[in-house]
Amino acid sequence: MERAITFSIMLVFWILLSGMFDFFHLSMGIICCGLVTFFSHDLLFYSRSGRNWFRNMLGFIIYTPWLFWQIVLASIEIAYIVLHPRMLEIIDPRLIRFRTRLRGVLARVTFAHSITLTPGTITVNMNGNEFTVYALTQKAAESLPGEMEEKIERLLER
Amino acid sequence: MSLLSWIVTFFLMAGVFFFIVGSVGILRFPDFYSRLHAAGKCDTLATALVLGAVALFGLRDFDWNSFQSWENLRVSLKVMMIVLFVYVASPSATHAITKAAFIVGVEPWEKRKRNR
Repeated sequence: MERAITFSIMLVFWILLSGMFDFFHLSMGIICCGLVTFFSHDLLFYSRSGRNWFRNMLGFIIYTPWLFWQIVLASIEIAYIVLHPRMLEIIDPRLIRFRTRLRGVLARVTFAHSITLTPGTITVNMNGNEFTVYALTQKAAESLPGEMEEKIERLLER
Repeated sequence: MSLLSWIVTFFLMAGVFFFIVGSVGILRFPDFYSRLHAAGKCDTLATALVLGAVALFGLRDFDWNSFQSWENLRVSLKVMMIVLFVYVASPSATHAITKAAFIVGVEPWEKRKRNR
């Protein structure tokens, strides 16, 4: 089952990239996809928690539009700070540390990515469940872990 | 101009705006870490906007019976894949650079130092 889905995804990817529909290129694609599937079929569906892969994907699909909107807000906020004439008075950079409730590897990586992409914060270090985050303003520092962690927990952990 | 052209133009303008803001930010921010903010966030959104505009532009005059239209659709999908890649790669790269700086011991700029 895993192998079949991996193989199908690979083949669709191949056809999308090559755009050649003659026998030679298609057979090449099938051989290559078969080899890749044979060697690494357990990579795409890797799940340590043993949770249903499709539920994870569903959570991802629900989460992505919200994240995209957050990125738009983040960029507008950065643009405002950058273009402000007295920028050095607005920003107040600091390093903060906090522990996360998230347990899964996938959820933690998603969380770290999201922190980097959203207003005024960059993940500096992730050690077990302890995050070190660099925040650009005080407001950004106070917003962590906050709403984002709850959302990820709801969509990817439960 | 058609509606699609207006949307494409808007996306391109917004993308260029965020690229410029990112560049200005790299020049204006006080230290290494805050410069990465400008580089990491604005550029990610700007790339998505510009490439999204390119992908949309490829879909103009779509015709179900024309082979060329399907080729254009394929190119648009490829461009969207680049966007997806940038969205995974850009935060990872930002994080890697920040972590490297943190381990080496680059001092963050702090507000109170100015008042001392």
